[in-house]
Amino acid sequence: MRAYRSLVAARFRVLLQYRAAALAGMATQLFWGLIRVMIFEAFYRSTTRPQPMRYSEIVTYIWLGQAMLGLLPWNFDTEVRNMLRSGSVVYELARPLDLYTHWYCRAFAQRVAPTLLRSLPLLTVALLFLGMRLPPSVASGLGWLLTTFGATLLNTAFMTLVTITMLWTISGEGIQRAAPFVVYLFSGMLLPLAFWPARMQPLLHFLPFRGMVDVPFRLYLGQIPAAQMFGEFALQLLWTAFFILAGRALLAQGTRRLVVQGG
Amino acid sequence: MTDAWRLYRHYFALSLRGQMQYRASFLIQLVGFFCTTIIEFLGIWALFSRFGSLRGWSLAEIALFYGVIHLSFAFAEIFGRGLDTFPNLVKTGDFDRLLLRPRSTLFQVIGMEVSLMRVGRILQALPILLWGAHSVGIVWTVGKALLLLGAVVGGTSLFLGLFVLQAALSFWTVEGLEIANILTHGGTETGQYPLDIYRPWFRTFFTFVVPLACANTLPISLLLHRPGALPLLGSLSPCFGLLFFGLALLAWRQGVRHYHSTGS
Amino acid sequence: MAHIVVENLVKTFQVAERQAGTWGAVRGLVRRTHRTVHALDGISFELRPGELVGYIGPNGAGKSTTVKMLAGILVPTSGRCEVLGRVPWKERKAHVQQLGVVFGQRTQLWWDLPVVESFDLLRDIYRVPADRYRVLRDELTERLNLGSLLDTPVRQLSLGQRMRCDLAASLLHAPPLLFLDEPTIGLDAVSKLAVREFVQTLNRERGVTVILTTHDMDDIEALCSRVIVIGGGRILSDGTLDALRERVTRERWLLLDLEEADLAIEDPDAEILRRDGQRVTLRFDPARVSPAQLISRLTARYPIRDLFVQNPPIEEIIARLYGGQEG
Repeated sequence: MRAYRSLVAARFRVLLQYRAAALAGMATQLFWGLIRVMIFEAFYRSTTRPQPMRYSEIVTYIWLGQAMLGLLPWNFDTEVRNMLRSGSVVYELARPLDLYTHWYCRAFAQRVAPTLLRSLPLLTVALLFLGMRLPPSVASGLGWLLTTFGATLLNTAFMTLVTITMLWTISGEGIQRAAPFVVYLFSGMLLPLAFWPARMQPLLHFLPFRGMVDVPFRLYLGQIPAAQMFGEFALQLLWTAFFILAGRALLAQGTRRLVVQGG
Repeated sequence: MTDAWRLYRHYFALSLRGQMQYRASFLIQLVGFFCTTIIEFLGIWALFSRFGSLRGWSLAEIALFYGVIHLSFAFAEIFGRGLDTFPNLVKTGDFDRLLLRPRSTLFQVIGMEVSLMRVGRILQALPILLWGAHSVGIVWTVGKALLLLGAVVGGTSLFLGLFVLQAALSFWTVEGLEIANILTHGGTETGQYPLDIYRPWFRTFFTFVVPLACANTLPISLLLHRPGALPLLGSLSPCFGLLFFGLALLAWRQGVRHYHSTGS
Repeated sequence: MAHIVVENLVKTFQVAERQAGTWGAVRGLVRRTHRTVHALDGISFELRPGELVGYIGPNGAGKSTTVKMLAGILVPTSGRCEVLGRVPWKERKAHVQQLGVVFGQRTQLWWDLPVVESFDLLRDIYRVPADRYRVLRDELTERLNLGSLLDTPVRQLSLGQRMRCDLAASLLHAPPLLFLDEPTIGLDAVSKLAVREFVQTLNRERGVTVILTTHDMDDIEALCSRVIVIGGGRILSDGTLDALRERVTRERWLLLDLEEADLAIEDPDAEILRRDGQRVTLRFDPARVSPAQLISRLTARYPIRDLFVQNPPIEEIIARLYGGQEG
């Protein structure tokens, strides 16, 4: 029992040391959220044309986006990256199957842990002071939670796939540069997908990235009826499976390539 | 003065050569910067097609704001890249070596790296700026060209000043440097629009504390002959950016003085 | 006219305390307590042009603090310091133009560049006229045997090669004053000798004043006519090595190589320090018994194969000096 207590105390101490970083992170997200809200506010004030979303819904969407930022496939696992760059991944070749799982789980944890930590205070502040609304029904809220879980699975699979492309230096680098930008654009982070021109909607609907941001948020808002949550979740899982299989295949091929090249 | 220029040319040439060595990677990063910045304007365009106008400003006018602020930030990024790695210099004690050389420490830090791949940002900002100017139908005169140039100069000095301040912070503390990104990247995002669309307190902050207004709203309003534009203030605006940079230099000097008495 | 004048330098630091425990960390959020560290407690010495001085002391004694002040990096809390007629931190740029510094643990060369390009860059930084630079560079290259290294990137050099390049780099602007901080650390024997020989020639032929900070006593013995020992922020000793020895102890050591192992040795004027099989180390006071007398006494009584009289090794001397300070 004492060992457990001292472990918690040690963790707490570490967290206190990161207080400045945590506060800075929260301040950054507050700032970005506020800018976006203000810009939309100015736009909404400029016209009476009906828009795909109400202003209050936009505000909620934006704050949800800031809170859930940590879930997105943007940051690479630096340890894995160094391993891949140096080629020492060859040493882990014994069980490539397990290697993928190992990396997947790491990436998953790296998304969930910090997001839980950061999102709760941010959501609280947004709900209380910044105009964010609660979901219109419990079912919508559940739909959001379910698809957020699905989004995390999807994001992790995508991120792991991108990480694996690091086995190929030049082309890998291009993909790593392109991936966050593609996600930013097509997931709904730049602009809620509904605001893109009507011609673009079929493309946006087809791509997997909507499942990362737009789907969970619109379920939250009730714009996607809660009844559809399982269908959307299934779609997320489908794309997740696709990325996992692609990642596995690429890893196997990539490590084979490393072995052939001699590390 | 001439040997400072000569030294900077030397630094520049070395930086250039170092980056050209990995040409493919350089190109990828350059294209990367191009793409990541141009989608911002794509978003703005999409919003304008939905909403029609923004508090009386048209898309073409916003394009001017967008172009100017991104040009300013890009130039600051290109030349101020050495400041990014500065905190590490203090941490490892390598800053001592800079003090042992008969040159300004800030000059040496800035000389350390010239990041040319950020030209990607310029490559998309410039066409957008030109398109905006053309669509609005500006009749160009020397005065107007100078005004635009002044806006970019003011903006670049402002952002460079922010970079210097951010780096100078590491003379005093190891933590809390991330927050300055709010002002640099956040400032760029803010500056894509005229300041009058924002809430009053926000406007005040970015006029008097971080004089972003001098880099975009004041000069561009004047350029577009907007009612309420202030001719004197608008044309003097680059001075505020340079003033801000001067203040940042003072802060740097304070930081060095602090380093002299504490050693780290 | 002295090159360096140091008078009563004092330096105190305020160090923020890190409190232990969880409660301490919380307290640390609200209020930080400070601890005063007296790094230098009144240092004074003078260096004449052309001297080669060793500056030694235990870690934390204030060596690097002093050197940093002389270099102009650090400002003292009180006291006076003048180098070549200037106050280092007040006229930094003019002062550093006359100073060369080599850190053994860190290179001043640019990691990815070939050595010669680092040299070229330094030429521009120090504003050395092109023709003078070429002469100096070629001379240094020859003296330190850098010919084959000039086009190699610094990161590919061995430690010994890098040190020689750093030495050359520090002298490209022909400074009359050179600070060497642990220049031979981690070097192989050959490189150490090369560095020592170079520094000695530099000092003798060019009259470059050198301050050498090191833990390697062989360096000190080989190079320094004068040694300043610092401990606990104070100067413990300032003079020649021999004077230092005299000050600490007059004793001498007698090393015996016996015919048989584990022989019991006894003498009223000598004390056994160490024994290792057939080797015995004795210490004695040459004021109480002359070496000749002691030797004849011992050789008469014991089967001695070989013997050797020496001063205690300088490490021993220094350790006693430090120990006396800490005690």
